[in-house]
Amino acid sequence: MALSLYNYWIVIVLMMTGFYIVIRSTNLVKKIVGLNIFQTSVFILYISMGKVEGGTAPIVTDGATAYSNPLPHVLILTAIVVGVATTALGLTLVVRIKEAYGSVDEEAIQRQDREA
Amino acid sequence: MLLGFLVVIAIAIVRLRNLVAVIMLTGIYSLHAALFFVALDAVDVAFTEAAVGAGISTVLMLATLGLVGHEESRPSSRAWLPLAVVLVTGGALVFATLDMPRFGDPDAPIHRHVAPRYIIDSPRETGLPNMVTSVLASYRGYDTLGETVVIFTAGVGVLLLLGGRRRDDEEQE
Repeated sequence: MALSLYNYWIVIVLMMTGFYIVIRSTNLVKKIVGLNIFQTSVFILYISMGKVEGGTAPIVTDGATAYSNPLPHVLILTAIVVGVATTALGLTLVVRIKEAYGSVDEEAIQRQDREA
Repeated sequence: MLLGFLVVIAIAIVRLRNLVAVIMLTGIYSLHAALFFVALDAVDVAFTEAAVGAGISTVLMLATLGLVGHEESRPSSRAWLPLAVVLVTGGALVFATLDMPRFGDPDAPIHRHVAPRYIIDSPRETGLPNMVTSVLASYRGYDTLGETVVIFTAGVGVLLLLGGRRRDDEEQE
């Protein structure tokens, strides 16, 4: 019972680590790193659910008795590529914030906003 | 085992304050995730993760660091509130996994519906041995078109955000 859910529990640990970085760190670049960790943990969750015991990769081969589920793989392929697009956009926003405020630290930015 | 490594790397990322080291670890984390995907039969996902997640993301983040500096300051607030939020959320999620089907169970609901249709019919219908490719490019081709629209939009956004800046500089001069 416990061992069969091992993958999912590790996914939760990774997910919460990413979440912790996002809400705890004040540095915007590190927040994006946290989001990336969170995102990868979701990929691992999907791929874990797609695995079939005794199955092989979903490519037709002679002598294969079972294939792992190809649908989560397709979803996650799309998610990885979209994830990089959003990461790039987020990092660009960080660069612009650095130019406008001279800092990428959340507390320094909020201090400047209060003074303005 | 691989998953254990992933947890160790993630915790190291939390602890480190030097952002260059953090980003290098993020690259290693992505490569480990790719290895794990190979172990779970998701070869297409693995090479996308290795190329895009470990490659392009790392380069983008390093380029950003070159512009914004690489030391993280220590947050002034206490750690207990975020920690409590994370632990409560994590606990709720663990509780939710107790109803999940066993790992690798061939009779899990996810394997009973839609998937057999692709596994059995797609090699004959599309003539491609790789089922992931035939779903991605043939059956769900419109979704993939939508995906490329998203990437295009993100690319346009990046260019506008960075390109507008250069024009402002020229006007000021």
